Amino acid sequence: MALEFRGVTKQFTTNSGAVLTAIRDVTFKVNEGEFVSVVGPSGCGKSTLLSMTAGLYQPTTGEVLVSDQPVTGPNDHVGFMLQKDLLLPWRNIVKNIEFGLEARGAAPGPRRERAMAELKRCHLAGFENHYPYQLSGGMRQRAALARTLAIDPEIILLDEPFSALDAQTKLLLQDSFAATIAESGKTTLLITHDLSEAVLMSDRILVLSERPGTVLTEIKVELPHRAHPLKRRVMPEVGEYAGQIFRHLKLEEKAI
Amino acid sequence: MSSATATAPAVNAAATTRPRESRAALYASLGLLALLLVAWQILPTALAVPKYIIPTLSDCLVEFGRMWTSESLLANTASTALYTILGFAIGSALGAALGYLLGMSEFWEKVLSPYILALQIAPKVAFAPLFIMWFGYNAMPKLLVTVLIVFFPVLVNVLQAMRTVDRDLVNLARAYNLSRFQIFLKVEMPSTLPNLMAGLRIASTLAVIGVTVGELVGGNTGLGFLISYGGGQANAAMVFNAIILLTVIGFLLYSALVRAETRLLHYLPKAQF
Repeated sequence: MALEFRGVTKQFTTNSGAVLTAIRDVTFKVNEGEFVSVVGPSGCGKSTLLSMTAGLYQPTTGEVLVSDQPVTGPNDHVGFMLQKDLLLPWRNIVKNIEFGLEARGAAPGPRRERAMAELKRCHLAGFENHYPYQLSGGMRQRAALARTLAIDPEIILLDEPFSALDAQTKLLLQDSFAATIAESGKTTLLITHDLSEAVLMSDRILVLSERPGTVLTEIKVELPHRAHPLKRRVMPEVGEYAGQIFRHLKLEEKAI
Repeated sequence: MSSATATAPAVNAAATTRPRESRAALYASLGLLALLLVAWQILPTALAVPKYIIPTLSDCLVEFGRMWTSESLLANTASTALYTILGFAIGSALGAALGYLLGMSEFWEKVLSPYILALQIAPKVAFAPLFIMWFGYNAMPKLLVTVLIVFFPVLVNVLQAMRTVDRDLVNLARAYNLSRFQIFLKVEMPSTLPNLMAGLRIASTLAVIGVTVGELVGGNTGLGFLISYGGGQANAAMVFNAIILLTVIGFLLYSALVRAETRLLHYLPKAQF
Protein backbone atom coordinates (compact mmCIF):
# COMPACT_ATOMS: atom_id res chain seq x y z
CA MET A 1 0.00 0.00 0.00
CA ALA A 2 1.22 3.45 -0.85
CA LEU A 3 1.35 6.46 1.43
CA GLU A 4 0.84 9.94 0.09
CA PHE A 5 0.97 13.46 1.54
CA ARG A 6 -0.78 16.07 -0.61
CA GLY A 7 -0.09 19.68 0.28
CA VAL A 8 -0.22 18.97 4.00
CA THR A 9 0.07 21.85 6.47
CA LYS A 10 -0.28 21.36 10.19
CA GLN A 11 -0.68 24.15 12.70
CA PHE A 12 -0.88 23.88 16.45
CA THR A 13 -2.14 26.41 18.93
CA THR A 14 0.32 26.64 21.79
CA ASN A 15 -0.73 27.11 25.39
CA SER A 16 -0.01 30.83 25.14
CA GLY A 17 -2.42 31.09 22.20
CA ALA A 18 0.18 31.54 19.47
CA VAL A 19 -0.23 29.57 16.27
CA LEU A 20 2.72 27.38 15.43
CA THR A 21 3.15 25.91 11.97
CA ALA A 22 4.87 22.57 12.32
CA ILE A 23 4.96 21.61 8.64
CA ARG A 24 3.94 23.56 5.56
CA ASP A 25 2.73 22.32 2.22
CA VAL A 26 4.37 18.93 2.39
CA THR A 27 3.85 16.72 -0.63
CA PHE A 28 5.47 13.35 -1.20
CA LYS A 29 4.64 9.78 -1.97
CA VAL A 30 5.96 6.48 -0.68
CA ASN A 31 5.31 3.66 -3.10
CA GLU A 32 4.26 0.18 -2.11
CA GLY A 33 7.16 -1.79 -0.65
CA GLU A 34 9.42 1.24 -0.67
CA PHE A 35 11.61 2.29 2.25
CA VAL A 36 11.73 6.06 2.60
CA SER A 37 13.56 8.06 5.26
CA VAL A 38 12.80 11.57 6.43
CA VAL A 39 15.73 13.57 7.78
CA GLY A 40 15.78 17.12 9.02
CA PRO A 41 16.87 19.39 11.84
CA SER A 42 15.31 18.79 15.22
CA GLY A 43 11.90 20.34 15.64
CA CYS A 44 11.15 20.33 11.91
CA GLY A 45 7.89 18.45 12.35
CA LYS A 46 9.15 14.97 11.48
CA SER A 47 7.09 13.38 14.19
CA THR A 48 4.05 15.39 13.11
CA LEU A 49 4.17 13.53 9.79
CA LEU A 50 4.09 10.27 11.64
CA SER A 51 1.23 11.17 13.96
CA MET A 52 -0.90 12.26 11.03
CA THR A 53 -0.19 9.05 9.14
CA ALA A 54 -1.17 7.08 12.22
CA GLY A 55 -4.42 9.09 12.28
CA LEU A 56 -3.81 10.51 15.75
CA TYR A 57 -4.63 13.95 14.44
CA GLN A 58 -5.68 15.57 11.18
CA PRO A 59 -3.84 17.97 8.88
CA THR A 60 -4.93 21.61 9.06
CA THR A 61 -5.03 21.69 5.28
CA GLY A 62 -4.19 19.07 2.68
CA GLU A 63 -4.65 15.34 2.77
CA VAL A 64 -2.87 12.23 3.99
CA LEU A 65 -3.73 9.23 1.86
CA VAL A 66 -3.13 5.56 2.44
CA SER A 67 -3.91 3.58 -0.72
CA ASP A 68 -5.68 6.64 -2.08
CA GLN A 69 -8.02 6.72 0.91
CA PRO A 70 -7.81 9.78 3.18
CA VAL A 71 -6.75 8.95 6.73
CA THR A 72 -9.51 10.10 9.09
CA GLY A 73 -8.51 8.35 12.29
CA PRO A 74 -6.53 5.48 13.76
CA ASN A 75 -6.66 2.57 11.35
CA ASP A 76 -5.46 -0.95 10.89
CA HIS A 77 -3.22 -0.18 7.93
CA VAL A 78 -0.58 1.68 9.86
CA GLY A 79 1.74 0.43 12.58
CA PHE A 80 4.18 2.73 14.31
CA MET A 81 7.20 2.49 16.53
CA LEU A 82 9.02 5.15 18.50
CA GLN A 83 12.40 5.69 20.10
CA LYS A 84 10.81 4.49 23.33
CA ASP A 85 9.85 0.85 23.01
CA LEU A 86 6.50 1.52 24.72
CA LEU A 87 6.29 -2.03 25.98
CA LEU A 88 3.83 -2.42 28.81
CA PRO A 89 6.04 -3.26 31.80
CA TRP A 90 3.34 -5.35 33.49
CA ARG A 91 3.00 -7.70 30.54
CA ASN A 92 5.44 -10.35 29.47
CA ILE A 93 6.87 -10.17 25.96
CA VAL A 94 4.38 -12.39 24.19
CA LYS A 95 1.44 -10.54 25.77
CA ASN A 96 3.02 -7.26 24.74
CA ILE A 97 3.18 -8.47 21.16
CA GLU A 98 -0.48 -9.43 21.38
CA PHE A 99 -1.43 -5.95 22.57
CA GLY A 100 -2.26 -4.53 19.15
CA LEU A 101 -4.37 -7.56 18.26
CA GLU A 102 -6.64 -7.22 21.25
CA ALA A 103 -8.77 -4.41 19.86
CA ARG A 104 -9.65 -6.60 16.90
CA GLY A 105 -11.46 -9.27 18.82
CA ALA A 106 -9.21 -12.10 17.65
CA ALA A 107 -9.66 -15.29 19.67
CA PRO A 108 -6.90 -15.88 22.23
CA GLY A 109 -5.64 -19.02 20.51
CA PRO A 110 -4.85 -17.60 17.05
CA ARG A 111 -3.70 -14.37 18.70
CA ARG A 112 -1.05 -16.23 20.65
CA GLU A 113 0.00 -18.17 17.55
CA ARG A 114 0.40 -14.94 15.59
CA ALA A 115 2.41 -13.33 18.40
CA MET A 116 4.69 -16.35 18.70
CA ALA A 117 5.36 -16.29 14.96
CA GLU A 118 6.41 -12.63 15.12
CA LEU A 119 8.47 -13.34 18.20
CA LYS A 120 10.45 -15.93 16.24
CA ARG A 121 10.78 -13.65 13.21
CA CYS A 122 12.31 -10.97 15.43
CA HIS A 123 14.75 -13.44 17.00
CA LEU A 124 13.16 -13.42 20.44
CA ALA A 125 12.21 -17.08 20.69
CA GLY A 126 12.64 -18.27 24.25
CA PHE A 127 11.99 -14.83 25.72
CA GLU A 128 8.19 -14.92 25.48
CA ASN A 129 7.72 -15.19 29.23
CA HIS A 130 10.27 -12.55 30.16
CA TYR A 131 9.20 -9.12 31.32
CA PRO A 132 10.49 -6.00 29.54
CA TYR A 133 12.82 -5.02 32.40
CA GLN A 134 14.64 -8.32 31.97
CA LEU A 135 15.55 -7.54 28.33
CA SER A 136 18.27 -5.34 26.87
CA GLY A 137 17.41 -2.15 24.97
CA GLY A 138 17.98 -3.81 21.62
CA MET A 139 15.79 -6.79 22.49
CA ARG A 140 13.06 -4.48 23.70
CA GLN A 141 13.09 -2.65 20.36
CA ARG A 142 12.88 -5.99 18.57
CA ALA A 143 9.88 -6.85 20.72
CA ALA A 144 8.35 -3.50 19.77
CA LEU A 145 8.91 -4.34 16.09
CA ALA A 146 7.31 -7.74 16.61
CA ARG A 147 4.29 -6.00 18.16
CA THR A 148 4.13 -3.62 15.19
CA LEU A 149 4.34 -6.46 12.67
CA ALA A 150 1.81 -8.59 14.56
CA ILE A 151 -1.09 -6.41 13.48
CA ASP A 152 0.10 -6.96 9.90
CA PRO A 153 0.09 -3.28 8.93
CA GLU A 154 0.49 -2.22 5.30
CA ILE A 155 2.68 0.68 6.30
CA ILE A 156 5.28 0.80 9.04
CA LEU A 157 6.24 4.12 10.59
CA LEU A 158 9.53 4.21 12.47
CA ASP A 159 10.27 7.30 14.55
CA GLU A 160 13.96 7.19 15.46
CA PRO A 161 13.72 3.61 16.70
CA PHE A 162 17.50 3.21 17.03
CA SER A 163 18.51 6.51 18.54
CA ALA A 164 18.47 5.35 22.16
CA LEU A 165 20.75 2.38 21.50
CA ASP A 166 24.50 2.06 21.78
CA ALA A 167 26.49 2.17 18.53
CA GLN A 168 27.02 -1.58 18.12
CA THR A 169 23.50 -2.62 19.04
CA LYS A 170 22.29 0.03 16.63
CA LEU A 171 24.17 -1.46 13.67
CA LEU A 172 23.00 -4.98 14.42
CA LEU A 173 19.43 -3.87 14.94
CA GLN A 174 19.38 -1.79 11.76
CA ASP A 175 20.50 -4.88 9.91
CA SER A 176 17.94 -7.13 11.53
CA PHE A 177 15.11 -4.58 11.04
CA ALA A 178 16.04 -4.07 7.39
CA ALA A 179 16.03 -7.81 6.74
CA THR A 180 12.73 -8.34 8.54
CA ILE A 181 11.07 -5.43 6.76
CA ALA A 182 12.40 -6.46 3.34
CA GLU A 183 11.16 -9.99 3.92
CA SER A 184 7.70 -8.77 4.84
CA GLY A 185 7.61 -6.37 1.88
CA LYS A 186 6.05 -3.54 3.93
CA THR A 187 5.99 0.08 2.90
CA THR A 188 8.15 1.90 5.44
CA LEU A 189 8.67 5.48 6.51
CA LEU A 190 11.67 6.02 8.79
CA ILE A 191 12.11 9.25 10.65
CA THR A 192 15.67 9.83 11.76
CA HIS A 193 18.29 12.46 12.43
CA ASP A 194 21.12 10.04 11.70
CA LEU A 195 22.17 10.79 8.11
CA SER A 196 24.13 7.61 7.52
CA GLU A 197 21.30 5.54 8.97
CA ALA A 198 19.02 7.08 6.36
CA VAL A 199 21.49 6.21 3.59
CA LEU A 200 22.08 2.66 4.86
CA MET A 201 18.42 1.73 5.11
CA SER A 202 16.44 3.58 2.46
CA ASP A 203 15.47 3.56 -1.18
CA ARG A 204 14.81 7.27 -1.02
CA ILE A 205 15.47 10.12 1.42
CA LEU A 206 13.35 13.22 1.98
CA VAL A 207 15.22 16.19 3.41
CA LEU A 208 13.07 18.53 5.47
CA SER A 209 13.82 22.16 6.26
CA GLU A 210 13.66 23.82 9.64
CA ARG A 211 10.27 24.67 11.08
CA PRO A 212 7.93 25.13 9.42
CA GLY A 213 9.08 21.93 7.75
CA THR A 214 8.90 21.66 3.98
CA VAL A 215 10.48 19.10 1.68
CA LEU A 216 13.79 20.65 0.57
CA THR A 217 14.82 17.85 -1.70
CA GLU A 218 14.50 14.20 -2.41
CA ILE A 219 17.50 11.93 -2.80
CA LYS A 220 17.29 8.54 -4.44
CA VAL A 221 19.76 6.10 -2.90
CA GLU A 222 21.00 4.00 -5.81
CA LEU A 223 22.86 1.36 -3.89
CA PRO A 224 22.30 -2.39 -3.65
CA HIS A 225 21.67 -4.36 -0.44
CA ARG A 226 18.81 -2.36 1.02
CA ALA A 227 18.03 -5.36 3.16
CA HIS A 228 21.58 -5.44 4.56
CA PRO A 229 22.76 -2.10 5.97
CA LEU A 230 25.95 -3.77 7.19
CA LYS A 231 26.90 -4.57 3.60
CA ARG A 232 26.04 -1.07 2.43
CA ARG A 233 28.03 0.39 5.26
CA VAL A 234 31.40 -0.46 3.68
CA MET A 235 30.54 1.17 0.34
CA PRO A 236 32.36 4.44 -0.34
CA GLU A 237 29.22 5.99 -1.89
CA VAL A 238 27.53 6.09 1.53
CA GLY A 239 29.75 8.96 2.64
CA GLU A 240 29.00 10.86 -0.57
CA TYR A 241 25.26 10.53 -0.03
CA ALA A 242 25.56 11.62 3.59
CA GLY A 243 27.65 14.60 2.49
CA GLN A 244 24.98 15.54 -0.02
CA ILE A 245 22.29 15.56 2.68
CA PHE A 246 24.65 17.42 4.96
CA ARG A 247 24.95 20.21 2.41
CA HIS A 248 21.21 20.41 1.91
CA LEU A 249 20.70 20.85 5.62
CA LYS A 250 23.33 23.62 5.57
CA LEU A 251 24.77 22.23 8.75
CA GLU A 252 28.17 23.80 8.16
CA GLU A 253 26.78 27.30 8.26
CA LYS A 254 25.24 26.57 11.62
CA ALA A 255 28.38 25.15 13.14
CA ILE A 256 29.86 28.26 14.62
CA MET B 1 11.32 -0.31 65.99
CA SER B 2 10.71 -3.31 63.83
CA SER B 3 8.12 -1.38 61.86
CA ALA B 4 10.64 1.33 61.10
CA THR B 5 13.01 -1.12 59.49
CA ALA B 6 10.20 -2.59 57.44
CA THR B 7 8.80 0.61 55.95
CA ALA B 8 11.16 2.15 53.45
CA PRO B 9 12.71 -0.77 51.61
CA ALA B 10 9.71 -3.04 52.19
CA VAL B 11 8.85 -3.50 48.51
CA ASN B 12 12.36 -4.37 47.58
CA ALA B 13 13.15 -6.40 50.66
CA ALA B 14 12.70 -9.61 48.70
CA ALA B 15 15.37 -8.48 46.27
CA THR B 16 18.03 -7.83 48.85
CA THR B 17 21.00 -9.56 47.38
CA ARG B 18 22.99 -9.79 50.58
CA PRO B 19 21.11 -12.13 52.91
CA ARG B 20 23.90 -12.06 55.49
CA GLU B 21 23.56 -8.33 55.89
CA SER B 22 19.79 -8.44 56.18
CA ARG B 23 20.02 -11.21 58.76
CA ALA B 24 22.45 -9.12 60.77
CA ALA B 25 19.98 -6.24 60.62
CA LEU B 26 17.22 -8.54 61.85
CA TYR B 27 19.30 -9.71 64.82
CA ALA B 28 20.25 -6.14 65.69
CA SER B 29 16.61 -5.14 65.48
CA LEU B 30 15.54 -8.00 67.77
CA GLY B 31 18.39 -7.22 70.17
CA LEU B 32 17.21 -3.63 70.40
CA LEU B 33 13.69 -4.83 71.14
CA ALA B 34 14.94 -7.06 73.97
CA LEU B 35 16.94 -4.15 75.37
CA LEU B 36 13.91 -1.87 75.28
CA LEU B 37 11.73 -4.46 77.01
CA VAL B 38 14.28 -4.91 79.78
CA ALA B 39 14.62 -1.16 80.22
CA TRP B 40 10.85 -0.83 80.32
CA GLN B 41 10.67 -3.42 83.07
CA ILE B 42 13.53 -2.07 85.21
CA LEU B 43 13.72 1.69 84.72
CA PRO B 44 10.30 2.87 86.01
CA THR B 45 10.84 1.10 89.34
CA ALA B 46 14.49 2.15 89.53
CA LEU B 47 13.58 5.80 88.90
CA ALA B 48 10.56 5.57 91.23
CA VAL B 49 8.10 6.53 88.51
CA PRO B 50 4.61 5.68 89.79
CA LYS B 51 2.59 2.97 88.08
CA TYR B 52 -0.13 5.38 86.91
CA ILE B 53 2.48 7.39 84.96
CA ILE B 54 4.57 4.60 83.40
CA PRO B 55 3.62 1.03 84.24
CA THR B 56 6.31 -1.61 83.84
CA LEU B 57 6.18 -4.43 81.31
CA SER B 58 4.91 -6.87 83.92
CA ASP B 59 2.23 -4.39 85.04
CA CYS B 60 1.03 -4.24 81.48
CA LEU B 61 1.04 -8.01 81.12
CA VAL B 62 -0.98 -8.42 84.31
CA GLU B 63 -3.38 -5.74 83.15
CA PHE B 64 -3.59 -7.49 79.78
CA GLY B 65 -4.84 -10.64 81.53
CA ARG B 66 -7.36 -8.64 83.52
CA MET B 67 -8.60 -6.84 80.40
CA TRP B 68 -8.91 -10.16 78.61
CA THR B 69 -11.25 -11.55 81.27
CA SER B 70 -13.18 -8.52 82.50
CA GLU B 71 -13.06 -5.91 79.72
CA SER B 72 -13.82 -8.27 76.81
CA LEU B 73 -10.54 -7.29 75.21
CA LEU B 74 -10.92 -9.73 72.34
CA ALA B 75 -14.31 -8.37 71.30
CA ASN B 76 -13.10 -4.77 71.56
CA THR B 77 -9.98 -5.51 69.51
CA ALA B 78 -12.02 -7.39 66.92
CA SER B 79 -14.44 -4.47 66.68
CA THR B 80 -11.65 -1.96 66.10
CA ALA B 81 -9.97 -4.23 63.56
CA LEU B 82 -13.26 -4.74 61.74
CA TYR B 83 -13.99 -1.03 61.45
CA THR B 84 -10.41 -0.29 60.45
CA ILE B 85 -10.64 -2.74 57.57
CA LEU B 86 -14.18 -1.71 56.65
CA GLY B 87 -13.36 2.00 56.71
CA PHE B 88 -10.15 1.38 54.81
CA ALA B 89 -11.92 -0.68 52.14
CA ILE B 90 -14.80 1.78 51.63
CA GLY B 91 -12.63 4.89 51.80
CA SER B 92 -9.98 3.63 49.42
CA ALA B 93 -12.56 2.24 46.97
CA LEU B 94 -14.29 5.63 46.87
CA GLY B 95 -10.99 7.51 46.65
CA ALA B 96 -9.71 5.33 43.82
CA ALA B 97 -13.02 5.51 41.94
CA LEU B 98 -13.16 9.31 42.12
CA GLY B 99 -9.46 9.55 41.31
CA TYR B 100 -9.94 7.53 38.11
CA LEU B 101 -13.08 9.44 37.13
CA LEU B 102 -11.43 12.83 37.61
CA GLY B 103 -8.30 11.53 35.94
CA MET B 104 -10.30 10.92 32.79
CA SER B 105 -11.89 14.37 32.76
CA GLU B 106 -9.58 17.34 32.89
CA PHE B 107 -12.58 19.65 33.08
CA TRP B 108 -14.05 18.15 36.25
CA GLU B 109 -10.64 17.86 37.78
CA LYS B 110 -10.17 21.60 37.38
CA VAL B 111 -13.66 22.30 38.73
CA LEU B 112 -13.26 20.13 41.79
CA SER B 113 -9.57 20.43 42.63
CA PRO B 114 -9.86 23.53 44.91
CA TYR B 115 -12.52 21.76 47.00
CA ILE B 116 -10.52 18.59 47.12
CA LEU B 117 -7.50 20.55 48.29
CA ALA B 118 -9.55 22.33 50.98
CA LEU B 119 -11.02 19.08 52.24
CA GLN B 120 -7.62 17.45 52.14
CA ILE B 121 -6.16 20.16 54.34
CA ALA B 122 -9.07 20.20 56.79
CA PRO B 123 -8.26 17.98 59.79
CA LYS B 124 -10.55 15.04 59.21
CA VAL B 125 -10.56 13.88 62.84
CA ALA B 126 -12.19 17.19 63.81
CA PHE B 127 -15.30 15.98 62.01
CA ALA B 128 -15.85 13.24 64.59
CA PRO B 129 -17.98 15.28 67.06
CA LEU B 130 -20.07 16.52 64.14
CA PHE B 131 -20.73 12.99 62.93
CA ILE B 132 -21.76 12.01 66.45
CA MET B 133 -24.27 14.86 66.52
CA TRP B 134 -25.63 13.71 63.20
CA PHE B 135 -25.67 9.96 63.63
CA GLY B 136 -25.59 9.39 67.40
CA TYR B 137 -23.47 7.12 69.53
CA ASN B 138 -23.12 4.16 67.21
CA ALA B 139 -20.60 2.76 64.75
CA MET B 140 -21.47 5.24 62.01
CA PRO B 141 -19.34 8.22 63.17
CA LYS B 142 -16.10 6.25 63.49
CA LEU B 143 -16.70 4.56 60.18
CA LEU B 144 -17.26 7.92 58.52
CA VAL B 145 -14.15 9.49 60.04
CA THR B 146 -12.13 6.51 58.83
CA VAL B 147 -13.61 6.64 55.33
CA LEU B 148 -12.91 10.36 55.15
CA ILE B 149 -9.32 10.10 56.37
CA VAL B 150 -8.53 7.18 54.06
CA PHE B 151 -10.22 8.72 51.04
CA PHE B 152 -7.80 11.56 50.28
CA PRO B 153 -4.37 9.97 50.08
CA VAL B 154 -5.79 7.35 47.71
CA LEU B 155 -7.62 9.94 45.63
CA VAL B 156 -4.61 12.24 45.36
CA ASN B 157 -2.21 9.44 44.48
CA VAL B 158 -4.47 8.02 41.79
CA LEU B 159 -5.18 11.45 40.33
CA GLN B 160 -1.49 12.30 40.25
CA ALA B 161 -0.72 9.01 38.51
CA MET B 162 -3.49 9.49 35.95
CA ARG B 163 -2.02 12.86 35.05
CA THR B 164 1.40 11.36 34.44
CA VAL B 165 0.44 8.30 32.38
CA ASP B 166 2.79 8.16 29.39
CA ARG B 167 0.96 9.98 26.56
CA ASP B 168 2.85 7.92 23.99
CA LEU B 169 1.48 4.73 25.49
CA VAL B 170 -2.04 6.12 25.26
CA ASN B 171 -1.39 7.18 21.66
CA LEU B 172 -0.09 3.73 20.85
CA ALA B 173 -3.30 2.24 22.24
CA ARG B 174 -5.32 4.77 20.25
CA ALA B 175 -3.42 3.91 17.08
CA TYR B 176 -4.32 0.28 17.74
CA ASN B 177 -7.97 1.31 17.79
CA LEU B 178 -8.54 0.46 21.43
CA SER B 179 -11.73 1.97 22.84
CA ARG B 180 -11.63 4.58 25.61
CA PHE B 181 -12.59 1.96 28.16
CA GLN B 182 -10.00 -0.52 26.86
CA ILE B 183 -7.33 2.17 27.09
CA PHE B 184 -8.32 2.77 30.68
CA LEU B 185 -8.33 -0.91 31.51
CA LYS B 186 -5.19 -1.94 29.64
CA VAL B 187 -2.98 1.13 29.87
CA GLU B 188 -4.06 3.74 32.42
CA MET B 189 -5.18 1.47 35.21
CA PRO B 190 -2.04 -0.72 35.26
CA SER B 191 0.18 2.36 34.82
CA THR B 192 -1.28 3.89 37.96
CA LEU B 193 -1.06 0.71 40.02
CA PRO B 194 2.25 1.60 41.75
CA ASN B 195 0.83 4.95 42.88
CA LEU B 196 -2.44 3.37 43.92
CA MET B 197 -0.56 0.91 46.09
CA ALA B 198 1.51 3.70 47.62
CA GLY B 199 -1.70 5.58 48.41
CA LEU B 200 -3.22 2.47 49.97
CA ARG B 201 -0.17 1.99 52.15
CA ILE B 202 -0.41 5.53 53.50
CA ALA B 203 -4.17 5.10 53.89
CA SER B 204 -3.77 1.90 55.89
CA THR B 205 -1.79 3.69 58.59
CA LEU B 206 -4.35 6.49 58.68
CA ALA B 207 -7.29 4.10 58.95
CA VAL B 208 -6.26 3.11 62.47
CA ILE B 209 -6.15 6.78 63.47
CA GLY B 210 -9.63 7.36 62.08
CA VAL B 211 -11.20 4.49 64.00
CA THR B 212 -9.34 5.37 67.21
CA VAL B 213 -10.48 8.99 67.14
CA GLY B 214 -14.05 7.91 66.43
CA GLU B 215 -13.97 5.55 69.41
CA LEU B 216 -12.25 8.06 71.67
CA VAL B 217 -14.80 10.76 71.04
CA GLY B 218 -17.99 8.83 71.23
CA GLY B 219 -17.84 5.11 71.50
CA ASN B 220 -18.64 2.37 73.93
CA THR B 221 -16.70 -0.34 72.12
CA GLY B 222 -13.26 -0.76 70.66
CA LEU B 223 -9.71 -0.06 71.73
CA GLY B 224 -10.21 3.71 71.44
CA PHE B 225 -12.99 3.41 74.00
CA LEU B 226 -10.71 1.37 76.29
CA ILE B 227 -8.12 4.14 76.03
CA SER B 228 -10.52 6.85 77.18
CA TYR B 229 -11.99 4.50 79.80
CA GLY B 230 -8.55 3.55 81.11
CA GLY B 231 -7.44 7.19 81.01
CA GLY B 232 -10.44 8.17 83.12
CA GLN B 233 -9.45 5.63 85.76
CA ALA B 234 -5.76 6.64 85.71
CA ASN B 235 -5.08 3.09 84.51
CA ALA B 236 -1.99 3.77 82.39
CA ALA B 237 -1.34 0.06 81.80
CA MET B 238 -4.73 -0.25 80.12
CA VAL B 239 -3.94 2.69 77.83
CA PHE B 240 -0.51 1.21 77.01
CA ASN B 241 -2.05 -2.14 76.10
CA ALA B 242 -4.71 -0.57 73.90
CA ILE B 243 -2.11 1.51 72.07
CA ILE B 244 0.04 -1.54 71.47
CA LEU B 245 -2.91 -3.49 70.09
CA LEU B 246 -3.85 -0.58 67.81
CA THR B 247 -0.31 -0.56 66.50
CA VAL B 248 -0.50 -4.28 65.88
CA ILE B 249 -3.73 -3.89 63.90
CA GLY B 250 -2.18 -1.10 61.79
CA PHE B 251 1.00 -3.06 61.30
CA LEU B 252 -0.84 -6.18 60.13
CA LEU B 253 -2.90 -4.20 57.64
CA TYR B 254 0.21 -2.45 56.36
CA SER B 255 2.13 -5.71 56.04
CA ALA B 256 -0.73 -7.31 54.12
CA LEU B 257 -0.62 -4.40 51.68
CA VAL B 258 3.12 -4.60 51.26
CA ARG B 259 2.77 -8.30 50.48
CA ALA B 260 0.06 -7.62 47.94
CA GLU B 261 2.18 -4.88 46.42
CA THR B 262 5.24 -7.10 46.08
CA ARG B 263 3.10 -9.64 44.24
CA LEU B 264 1.23 -7.20 42.04
CA LEU B 265 4.24 -5.12 41.08
CA HIS B 266 6.60 -8.04 40.47
CA TYR B 267 7.33 -6.65 37.00
CA LEU B 268 9.13 -3.58 38.28
CA PRO B 269 12.90 -3.79 38.13
CA LYS B 270 14.16 -4.38 41.62
CA ALA B 271 16.56 -1.90 43.09
CA GLN B 272 19.80 -3.42 44.26
CA PHE B 273 21.14 -1.93 47.44
